[in-house]
Amino acid sequence: MNAADLSRDARAERWRLFGLSIPALFLITLVMILPVGWLFLLSLQDENGVLSLANYRRLIEQPSYGRILFASFEISLLVTAICAVLGYALAYLLSQLPPRRAGLLMLGVLMPFWTSILVRTYAWLVLLQRDGIMNRFGIGLGLWRTPLVLVYNMQGTVIGLVHIMLPFLVLPLYGAMRAIDRDYVRAAANLGAAPVQVFWHVFLPLSRAGLFAGATITFILCLGSYVTPAVLGGGKVVMAASAVATDVELYFSWGPASAFGVVLLIVTSLLLFAASRFARLDRLFGGGA
Amino acid sequence: MNRLKATATETGITHARRLWLYVLGALLLAFLVLPTVIVIPMSFSASQYLEFPPRHLSLRWYENYLQSAAWRQATVTSLEVSALTAVLATVLGTAAAYGLLNCGMRRARWAGAVLLAPIMVPVILVAIGVFYAYVKLGLLDSVAGLVLADSALAIPIVLLVVSAALRGHDTRQEMAARSLGATRFGAFMRVTVPQIRFAVLTAAILSFLTGFDEVVIALFISGGDHPTLTRNMFNALRDQIDPTIAAISTLMIAVSTVLLASALIGKPRDGG
Amino acid sequence: MTRPATAGATPGAALPIRVRQVTKTYGRVVALDHVDLEVWSGEFLTLLGPSGSGKTTLLMVLGGFVRPDHGSVRFGEQEVIRLAPHKRGVGMVFQSYALFPHLSVAENIAFPLKLRGVRRSEAMRRAREALDLVQLPGLGDRSVSALSGGQRQRVALARAIVFEPRILLMDEPLSALDKQLREHMQIELRRLHDRLGITTVCVTHDQREALTMSDRIAVIDHGRIVQLDEPRRIYERPATRFVAEFVGESAFLPVRRKGTTYYLGDVPLRMDGQPMRDGADLLMVRPERLRLLAEGEATDGNVISGNVSEIVYQGDSVLVQVGLPSGQTVASRVGSAKATMRTMPAVGDAVRLALAPQDVCLLRDDAI
Repeated sequence: MNAADLSRDARAERWRLFGLSIPALFLITLVMILPVGWLFLLSLQDENGVLSLANYRRLIEQPSYGRILFASFEISLLVTAICAVLGYALAYLLSQLPPRRAGLLMLGVLMPFWTSILVRTYAWLVLLQRDGIMNRFGIGLGLWRTPLVLVYNMQGTVIGLVHIMLPFLVLPLYGAMRAIDRDYVRAAANLGAAPVQVFWHVFLPLSRAGLFAGATITFILCLGSYVTPAVLGGGKVVMAASAVATDVELYFSWGPASAFGVVLLIVTSLLLFAASRFARLDRLFGGGA
Repeated sequence: MNRLKATATETGITHARRLWLYVLGALLLAFLVLPTVIVIPMSFSASQYLEFPPRHLSLRWYENYLQSAAWRQATVTSLEVSALTAVLATVLGTAAAYGLLNCGMRRARWAGAVLLAPIMVPVILVAIGVFYAYVKLGLLDSVAGLVLADSALAIPIVLLVVSAALRGHDTRQEMAARSLGATRFGAFMRVTVPQIRFAVLTAAILSFLTGFDEVVIALFISGGDHPTLTRNMFNALRDQIDPTIAAISTLMIAVSTVLLASALIGKPRDGG
Repeated sequence: MTRPATAGATPGAALPIRVRQVTKTYGRVVALDHVDLEVWSGEFLTLLGPSGSGKTTLLMVLGGFVRPDHGSVRFGEQEVIRLAPHKRGVGMVFQSYALFPHLSVAENIAFPLKLRGVRRSEAMRRAREALDLVQLPGLGDRSVSALSGGQRQRVALARAIVFEPRILLMDEPLSALDKQLREHMQIELRRLHDRLGITTVCVTHDQREALTMSDRIAVIDHGRIVQLDEPRRIYERPATRFVAEFVGESAFLPVRRKGTTYYLGDVPLRMDGQPMRDGADLLMVRPERLRLLAEGEATDGNVISGNVSEIVYQGDSVLVQVGLPSGQTVASRVGSAKATMRTMPAVGDAVRLALAPQDVCLLRDDAI
């Protein structure tokens, strides 16, 4: 009888609540989705505004773009690998400590998060200089003779990126490790596994999901990084983001810049998609707690 | 020595056997923390050249910073933009979090995904896209333009933080309040917000920092009349190593630390 | 006390356990207080107690995960107190089962065998044998997450015994199961134990479980073993008020001792040649031992008089609450078959209850 009224009321209420999110959606659409969409369209136009794939062809024809993309991948892979090894050790240590102490040390890990990236990059500039602390330390301790060139090059960029990305990897990994039920470790030991075997056969597999999540975030952020390579690379390390920026700032070649940006976006999205698939598959096979 | 022989784990590993892990952990933590900390003493160095440890102390770089109209203006701009971003992002993001969580519609998940998009898209793309749009809209070089862009970046963070807090909150309290005569909005403001205020505050602070620390977008859309602190710092870093930057960095660290400390101090024990 | 023989057990294969003066403190909390315990070879012993009593701590000491402050633990002739958990060779079933989610059921069970160098084909064969033993044939290839609670429990058991340990430890193995499954598994576990004949120590807070499955029960309170006895004696002759309250229901009436006689109020207790218990000052009254006397019925048992305060129907029996002149309440349990309109009193009626001399149990009041 009043079923129709009731359902109408219910629907109105639901829409009202959903409506609370409209302002935010509007802003994001305006500031992000539309501009990126515009860029996408731009990439599909040639200089005269006619629809064409000229920009993408240029990406393929001009070897510099391919090289830059490849270099970006290389660097990101290297940084992610370093972070994975170092980050795993750090996350493991923190996960084994009592929660309060671990929380305190976690503040140290998170510290880079609340310091501006410019401050950190500047700090590395200072540290890695020819007569900066690193070199003075190393030479003073007799670790090396001539000052190492650690900045304005690939080495400096990698060091800086590792510093920026390490917290991104440690955070999800730590969470996953903390979630591993202690009983698993006890059961493995009880069944005869020596401590190293417990780690290898039980702990490591159960922390895989967290490691993967952290590594994916790290890789994606590295791929799109701009500030660190720009400052610490000294112009010698050109990554994808720099290429896009230069195209726009210097050459005003919006077409190729947009195309390259779109390529970057597609690669990133594919990676995220693949990662989420893997995570779900991992759960199917019972991975993680 | 005895502490070393004690077992660290239930499986019988002693602290001694784990020493390498402790050492590595300490080194890594130092690696993470030191660079930031080093900037502070550097800012008090009297020398023009980068030297550490500073041989003579002076406040000249702070004076340099405070006396420079350009730096002062940039700071004011950054603070203004950040404050407005904090307000806008927090209000919009909190409303969205509450609405999406409680509407019970399936399209809420899509909306949530869209709202998280800024995290997924490479910043450089957003930067040039916004630049392109702002040229057309005449929003280049304006505080409003910066606030809109930074808020868009900050909304996902607000959404994540506030949603998590709302999910842990008991919705029946709002129901009780409404049964006692409060409107939905009234119940939200009087009952829910006080209990999730820590999360909302954290979200606001993170939004502030997002605006304050943002570099890439600011590089493209600020400048001229309204350059941000980050833009000027970036250019200064690229051009020459001016120790004034150390002074500014120290101040930025101080601001961030104070904000985060105040958030942590206000944290109730159950993390409400 | 004779120990019931376990059928099908190979004598000597199972190890006895000897715990001596084991103590463990955490800060100011004493978890284990100079515990002495002997578990006979092949017996099924249950550690029974409330949460926080130390029973799980003791089990963890046996498993090697908790190192006591001092004391000795022997498995057979071997002192194991300083032995790492992975070298102890005991089978353990955890309360959460702890089945490895990234391995299949068969791989879980084969895990200890592979660690001991058994070849994969042989290990899998023995794993499937173990699955047959716990009556889960053919589930080897399943994922752990696809199993029900009862199935997981049995897989955990299979994994704990596949490498033929001589001691089995179980931490609240049935607490996660629903009532019916639990009662079924109690019998199954006992049957499995009898078949394998290994020394088993089981921790539980469920007295019914303890009474059903055990050869002996050790009642633990505040880190100390309060009574160690066969189930029947634990139930019918509890040593202290704590044990009597923890196992079964009862009321307690104060008694006085004058010379060699105990007095309930002014009336001497008729006890059937029972030994005097030093320090005893309470009479334990179990509802099923208290019989409602008909009008004028004579008895040579002890008579307690009072007024019916409440009659509670409980399905298989009826509980008659009787208020005594002293202000206390005792209860008498009558089987529903016997509880008819004719035989049952009404609320408010004066009644007499009889406690047979052989059912008199005096114990110490150790209530804090």
